[in-house]
Amino acid sequence: MVQKLLIANRGEIARRILRTCRRLGVATVAVYSDADADAPHVQEADEAVRIGPPPVVWSYLRTEAILDAARRTGADAVHPGYGFLSENPAFAKACRDAGLVFIGPGPEAMAAMGSKVEARRRLMALGVPVVPGTQAALGSLEEAWEEAERLGYPVMVKASAGGGGIGMQAVDGPEALQRAFSANAQHAQAYFGDGTLFLEKCIWPARHIEIQVLFDEHGHGVYLWERECSIQRRHQKVMEEAPSPFVDDALRRRMGEAAMSAASAIGYVNAGTVEFLVDAARRFYFLEMNTRLQVEHPVTEMITGLDLVEWQLRVASGEPLPFRQEDLRCDGHAIECRVYAEDPERMLPSPGTITRLALPEGDGIRNDVGVVSGSTVTPYYDAMIGKLIVHGRDRAEAVRRLRRALDEYVVEGIQTNLPLLRRIAAAQAFSEGRTTTDFIASLQKEGSTRTDGQEG
Amino acid sequence: MAGTVLQVLVKVGDSVTAGQDVVVLESMKMEVPVAAEAAGTVRRIAAQEGVFVDEGDVLLELEP
Repeated sequence: MVQKLLIANRGEIARRILRTCRRLGVATVAVYSDADADAPHVQEADEAVRIGPPPVVWSYLRTEAILDAARRTGADAVHPGYGFLSENPAFAKACRDAGLVFIGPGPEAMAAMGSKVEARRRLMALGVPVVPGTQAALGSLEEAWEEAERLGYPVMVKASAGGGGIGMQAVDGPEALQRAFSANAQHAQAYFGDGTLFLEKCIWPARHIEIQVLFDEHGHGVYLWERECSIQRRHQKVMEEAPSPFVDDALRRRMGEAAMSAASAIGYVNAGTVEFLVDAARRFYFLEMNTRLQVEHPVTEMITGLDLVEWQLRVASGEPLPFRQEDLRCDGHAIECRVYAEDPERMLPSPGTITRLALPEGDGIRNDVGVVSGSTVTPYYDAMIGKLIVHGRDRAEAVRRLRRALDEYVVEGIQTNLPLLRRIAAAQAFSEGRTTTDFIASLQKEGSTRTDGQEG
Repeated sequence: MAGTVLQVLVKVGDSVTAGQDVVVLESMKMEVPVAAEAAGTVRRIAAQEGVFVDEGDVLLELEP
């Protein structure tokens, strides 16, 4: 088992990984930029190492600084969290070469899914349906126009190396495609070092449903139900739940098996997520595989009773999974919402100092947050300050708990998306589980909130 | 709002209208366009691409 874990991340996910380590008796090393010197994750770790100035390229993305911190503290493993270096095969390989256990898949499996164009090709070969689109990277604008005509507008222009909603854009005609083509290529080059683009038919509105998988080094794996993540803004998830109110046992089995075959085909080890779009006729299409722990992993933990970080550590240490698919049970229903430091109407960032933070408490309520009262939310990193997760015996109880918890949630000093989250939770369509990727857009178009009158 | 200057969309001597986007900032991994508050001619550009700016910093000066 891992003895001393370096956590190459910050914020809520660093604290969440620390919690599991404390429970398992694993020693911890935090790393931090100058902007995070007073952050909770730094204070709560056994040791902490400064890795550089605030911008991510000088701190959380610096492989050498992180490996040096591991060497100096004698850490034997590295957990990358999500974002930053978590899906960077060169980093995973550098950890391995330095004799450190990387908590995640091998660099080869990571690279196989890192290129979306390549991943689509692999999945098609396995007989898994993918979103209709281009077979190869786009060579020119003329080619993009031709392919778009073939697919039919609207189409999505996507970066092969993209993620987190960056480098993707829906376009409804040739002129919009021309603009998106050059802008997205530049953007993707700047963010991911790879400007390769491809097109997908725009499936909108749809449901975004993903399957959590977990594999050990001995060729044994399970899928841990699905997560419904259709409530998004700017192609980023805002609210997620498990199980999906839309997925029945037959669809779950088919999607679960598709996810397992995708992971098996690349020799995947550790926790991973296979994302799909599902249309109104319950047809599903592979989108991408995330080769890391997801932000929304807690909803899966709440319904399975498993600590995914614990199993990531155990599997990475060579332990076999002691359970099989048929041993797993789904207990109740869980919902997560992401609390963002942003203006709820215009959805613009709102950095600043949190003067007061009061978190909801009670049965079935879990808070994964990266800040405390007095924390400064800086402009350098993601706007997500934390996650609220609720669990109930069924979806109705989970929704009631969510509404009450959101009412009790207090963040003062900065603007947050809490008003938007409350509106979502109060909406009739949400109560009925009618959530598709156009949910927030429709809610905002509606203007005034329609609620179903239930009290939390 | 604090952030890093991603792009300056105008040059000295350009005339801009009120509400026109003149600078794009990056803050919290989001791109945020900054619009001119009033119409005028760009006299000086203080914002440099890649440089961090704070709330209240001057990005560019306009001449009415």
